Amino acid sequence: MTKSALQADNISVKFGGLVAVDDVSFDIPNGGVVSLIGPNGAGKTTFFNVLTGLYKPTSGTVTFDDKNITAKPPHKIAQAGVARTFQNIRLFGLMTAEENVMVAMHSHLKSGIISTILGTKKQRTEERESKKTARELLDFVGIGNTADQFARNLSYGDQRRLEVARALALKPKVLLLDEPTAGMNPQESKTFVDFVYRVRDEKDVSILLIEHDMSVVMKVSERITVLDRGQKIAEGTPAEIKSNKRVIEAYLGKSAESGK
Amino acid sequence: MKIPSIKFKKAGKSKKQIDKVFDQSKWIRGFTIVTVAIWVFYAFIVDLLPYVIASFFQKWLPASTVNESLVWVICALGLNIVVGYAGLLDLGFVAFWAIGGYCAGWFMSDFFYQVNIHFGSMAPAEQPGIHLSFWAVLFIGALVCAAFGVIIGAPTLRLKSDYLALVTLGFGEIIPQVFYNGENIGGFNLSNGSKGISPVDNIGLFGKKLGPFDLDWKYLIFVCLAALMVFISLRIRSGRLGRAWLAIREDELAASMMGVPLMRSKLAAYAVGAFSGGIGGVAFATHVNGVFADRFSFSISIILLAMVVLGGMGNVWGVIVGALSIAWVNTTGLPAFGETVNSALGTNINFPSYNFLLFGGILIFMMLYKREGLLPESRLKQIMHEADDSTSNIGGH
Repeated sequence: MTKSALQADNISVKFGGLVAVDDVSFDIPNGGVVSLIGPNGAGKTTFFNVLTGLYKPTSGTVTFDDKNITAKPPHKIAQAGVARTFQNIRLFGLMTAEENVMVAMHSHLKSGIISTILGTKKQRTEERESKKTARELLDFVGIGNTADQFARNLSYGDQRRLEVARALALKPKVLLLDEPTAGMNPQESKTFVDFVYRVRDEKDVSILLIEHDMSVVMKVSERITVLDRGQKIAEGTPAEIKSNKRVIEAYLGKSAESGK
Repeated sequence: MKIPSIKFKKAGKSKKQIDKVFDQSKWIRGFTIVTVAIWVFYAFIVDLLPYVIASFFQKWLPASTVNESLVWVICALGLNIVVGYAGLLDLGFVAFWAIGGYCAGWFMSDFFYQVNIHFGSMAPAEQPGIHLSFWAVLFIGALVCAAFGVIIGAPTLRLKSDYLALVTLGFGEIIPQVFYNGENIGGFNLSNGSKGISPVDNIGLFGKKLGPFDLDWKYLIFVCLAALMVFISLRIRSGRLGRAWLAIREDELAASMMGVPLMRSKLAAYAVGAFSGGIGGVAFATHVNGVFADRFSFSISIILLAMVVLGGMGNVWGVIVGALSIAWVNTTGLPAFGETVNSALGTNINFPSYNFLLFGGILIFMMLYKREGLLPESRLKQIMHEADDSTSNIGGH
């Protein structure tokens, strides 16, 4: 088995009396495309937020690149190479697409206040190059023509793509996509599957998806993990998950199989 | 998820305005022309004019008002970095103005008469006290303020919006109070208390001594300082840190998820803002020829904020317009207007005492009809007008 890119061991998150995530272990294999699914309120996004440092887990550890990154501040985790997109798009609305991408390069750029004020040669070169990289990334996700538009003026699909471009600007090793096809039409969702593989292959990242659209999940994932009420109830290939009794129960209710 | 429906034409126009920011040479030319024109006017032409016109200017726009307004511009530009760029509400900016002022008081006067340190100063060598060159003090004051920006910012910037405003308000009160009561801190006289420190040394410029009444030359110095702040603002804004500030203003959480260290970026905004507050403080001390603790009142913070809001948060040109106009109304416009009205109608109304009524009215008016300020930042203009549209839909006008 290949080494895992990101590993979460026995993660529990409690909000007061509510157990949002209950002792879930999970790993993203190197270069893999895996999914996390589950009915609403299963704790998927909470789990995601633990991985990216937004929530501190009540117990458990997150290991990335052989380093313990549990409860590190979000920007440290991002800089280490875990990038994410958001379920309800969180772009910097009043910045251009290009600027959005360049913000995510923050940790890779070096120029400080003084060199920016003086406009040193190094700083200008760095700016020029980062601009070029940003344009390349926008081209890569297929919205190169929108570079100068404010993010909030982009179409919904383009905003989703911009989020991916922005996340990729961190040069991540792991990319977490939170419901990337939400709001997309079937045609867009279909092209999205190819897009995910293209990102994985060309940018050399491992990908974790949270997804509601089952047709996308089944097509795109190499392995699926199912959460229900904070607990991991199944894990396996799409074919295994499809026929897993507990999963069907979680999604459709107990008597669903006989009822259909 | 709201999907904004704005015509792309608008975005194209805004883009042009953003590009302007990168082109520094253009504004420097215009700025220089205006600066030199005003300087020539006050240094040479005004004396040649017939008495009626000269006295008109003496009444409505004396040279000292121009200079004082420039000090306000410098400080407002600093506050603009904190409030307009990084989106952090700061209600205690007067603290930096005061610290900058006292740096001038300490290092450019007889105040520390126990010692006798001279460095590039115009003061006679036998005069006791610390006498450093104005330019050195400018630098020291700015750096001390930047350091205090970090010291004050470190604990407070962990707070969010309203709480941050409250704590900065506290610091804005505490620091002037420390100076006000700093006559005897364990036997050490920090600030000369309510008596203040006066006079401060003359400014040395090319071997010239610029005293409190050399307004023309000081005007040039203040303009250069203001230009420096504009330059710094624009440069930083278009760089890596400026983008980070903008991102924090837009969406703090998303910014941190994209690897932007929140604390460090916010502290940088505080430090740069305080830096310019320090420059303004030193400049103001030389303008009024001293530092007086009771001048650093809470209202300065509010007036500065009003300047930034009135002019247009985040746009240096808007802030300059806001600062110049409010400073003018405050120092000259209102008293001169009152004088005119009183002498014409034979009344005896104290107009300057109504300045807060006027500012309050203007602020309410702005919030109702021109929320984005007089010269808004191109980015903000959009969102403010969108808000207008939605409210007018609900309101049904």
